[in-house]
Amino acid sequence: MSDAALIYVRHRDKEESYLQHGHTLWSWLATTDHKRIGILYALSITFFFFIGGMAAGIVRIELMFPHGEFLSDDAYNRMFTLHGIIMVWFFLVPSIPTTLGNFMMPMMIGARDVAFPRLNLMSWYIFVIGACFAIFSIVAGGVDTGWTFYTPLSTMFSNGAVISAAAGVFIVGFSSIATGVNFITTVHMLRAPGMAWFRLPLFVWAIYATSLVMVLATPVLAMSLLLVMAERWLGMPIFNPANGGDPILFQHLFWFYSHPAVYIMVLPAMGVVSEVFACFARRRVFGYAMMVYAMMAIAVIGFFVWGHHMFVAGESQYANLIFSFLSFIVAVPSAIKVFNWTATLYRGQITFEAPLIYALGFLGLFTTGGLTGLFLASVPIDVHVTDTYFVVAHFHYIMVGGSVSAFFAGLHFWWPKITGRLYSEAWARFAAIVMFLGFNTTFMPQFIMGYGGMPRRYHVYPPEFQVWHVMSSVGGIVLFVAYTLPLIYLTWSLFYGKKAGANPWGATGLEWQTASPPPKDNFEALPRVKAAPYAYHPDREAPDPDKREPETMQGEMP
Amino acid sequence: MSDASPLLREPWPSLERQKVAVSFGMWVFIASEVLFFGGLFLAYTVYRHLDAEAFKAAARETEVFYGATNTAVLLTSSLTMAMAVKASEEGLRRMTLWCLGTTAALGLAFLVIKGFEYHSDLEKGLWPGPDFPLHPAATQLFWAFYWIATGIHAVHLTVGIGIVTVIAVQLKRGTLPVEATRFEGVALYWHLVDTIWIFLLPMLYLVGRA
Repeated sequence: MSDAALIYVRHRDKEESYLQHGHTLWSWLATTDHKRIGILYALSITFFFFIGGMAAGIVRIELMFPHGEFLSDDAYNRMFTLHGIIMVWFFLVPSIPTTLGNFMMPMMIGARDVAFPRLNLMSWYIFVIGACFAIFSIVAGGVDTGWTFYTPLSTMFSNGAVISAAAGVFIVGFSSIATGVNFITTVHMLRAPGMAWFRLPLFVWAIYATSLVMVLATPVLAMSLLLVMAERWLGMPIFNPANGGDPILFQHLFWFYSHPAVYIMVLPAMGVVSEVFACFARRRVFGYAMMVYAMMAIAVIGFFVWGHHMFVAGESQYANLIFSFLSFIVAVPSAIKVFNWTATLYRGQITFEAPLIYALGFLGLFTTGGLTGLFLASVPIDVHVTDTYFVVAHFHYIMVGGSVSAFFAGLHFWWPKITGRLYSEAWARFAAIVMFLGFNTTFMPQFIMGYGGMPRRYHVYPPEFQVWHVMSSVGGIVLFVAYTLPLIYLTWSLFYGKKAGANPWGATGLEWQTASPPPKDNFEALPRVKAAPYAYHPDREAPDPDKREPETMQGEMP
Repeated sequence: MSDASPLLREPWPSLERQKVAVSFGMWVFIASEVLFFGGLFLAYTVYRHLDAEAFKAAARETEVFYGATNTAVLLTSSLTMAMAVKASEEGLRRMTLWCLGTTAALGLAFLVIKGFEYHSDLEKGLWPGPDFPLHPAATQLFWAFYWIATGIHAVHLTVGIGIVTVIAVQLKRGTLPVEATRFEGVALYWHLVDTIWIFLLPMLYLVGRA
């Protein structure tokens, strides 16, 4: 054997991590490694999170005064539209699936990569192209339709850059679909030997359910936006009442996507906290099978509740009744999950690491958001609070309080795996608590003023609401601090953080049975799966308070 | 498995598995496409229900000759596409090549015929707008669907022709062996485009002529 070959062999012995596998910018931009693509996505969505956050900041500053001090009516409309479009499509929808999902899901099922690695990279480029359209529409003066693109405002009357914004969302939709197709195929076809469906960690189930919704709902949004663009750009009178068109039809098509989209945002969050609760309570997830059924039920029933967005839009009373009923039904699996998480914590050996604090924040905020969702699902209350801040508060509790908290829970939970470093636990706990407090200070007042009649999308309002708006804006500042803190201490940990071992939390999943950060091919040799997930303690016995090591790891390494 | 290595890609353990995955992924994508066109067909159905007479009157103006010819062309192309897959499975390289070439050519023929049809439609002024020749106003709705549906279908077909041409050229140059795993996936997409047309034909051409 020549010397060069010897060096090569020695080099291969110490498997280099995915981060060391190529250092050029090109090695990142042309990568087909799901881990690197996850990081590309993470950087992109962080950028958009701060753009959307700045828009929210401007909205909150404007709302501190009841007479519209700083912005014109039109500028205010453009600002909240910007906030909505960016946050929904360029942050929340891709957030957990494309970052943590991309990075962790293949490792958790014991695969070397996703099913179609090049398609995975392509989906990121599609995202970037869509993002360029969105940024163009901001530069070109913004859009004033709200994130919902309701016709006939969007097709006939709006004078904003509607087409480029809609095109951006349309294109980003295809990135979602590509990711969804990829993930579904991966889960079906690349599970390691022994990884039966009911041995899948719940995060994988969550990503799978989300991918189904992405693949089946997103195309309908694509079509409805295409019709809007065709009407605005080519003069096709699809939704124009003068030609017999029906604006309500647009709302049906739009919400057929956009209600399931809520589940695209929250299902992955449910998956994340299931992992986190089990790990930091050292408990098997209570009712694993029921958790799986509940997630699939949410994904399926979520398709049949869209009409509750149109209770006052001229839908028939019969339709209202049915959609109201179905909206109550979809709350049942969510409630099952909340009870199961609680039962998982019960008699667990809990330690309050930062991921758990974030996950507990999720639990409280998601439950609040879910319960107020039941208010809105019942027609009489919805008629009273339609288009008020009550609705705004409700969906922020789900989407920000729920999904974003869980995103941070997952980010902290898997950070040592992704980067190989431990962050400052004290700062992380502090940030998690500040985030919870800041969130409630921001959005709890919105429930109150919304119930009192404060309409959404107005920046001029009766002065009696000012005190609530000021409280909300102050909370917004706290929230801003809480979101900036992780940016600082996580970045700090990249350089100065303690090295994390392969399994700093003593978790049971396959992803913890390889180096941190993982080698390029995830595992030196593919594992065999010998156990169900979350075997933190012997079956039918309570966790032992003195023993933190898991009873059985999921995989058997050859 | 080392014998199959040039075709085998990460992360697949075997060529058979990889082939199944390509088709499986394509089926999932087709489910997505069904919902995409489903939105359009739903909107069409709603409006046809609301204003059936206008839709009938408007649909009588479509060029059924072009529509029928194109249906024949596209169905034939699906036949040659299916033959290409069969030929590739049997390892018949030249046969596969010929079938793929014919498929792409028929697809192109469809687009050319469609171009003539569009020309004729435009000469009759059937683009929705203030000078639209038909009445009542809802006839414009039908024609809006006509342009959008056939337009999106043509885009899909163009993508299909592109893909088929690429794999045909690769096959000819020898960069893609006939054992490659992607033929069935491509064929599934082609048949999807064909199937969409089978729905468009009655919606756009036959509705007014019953």
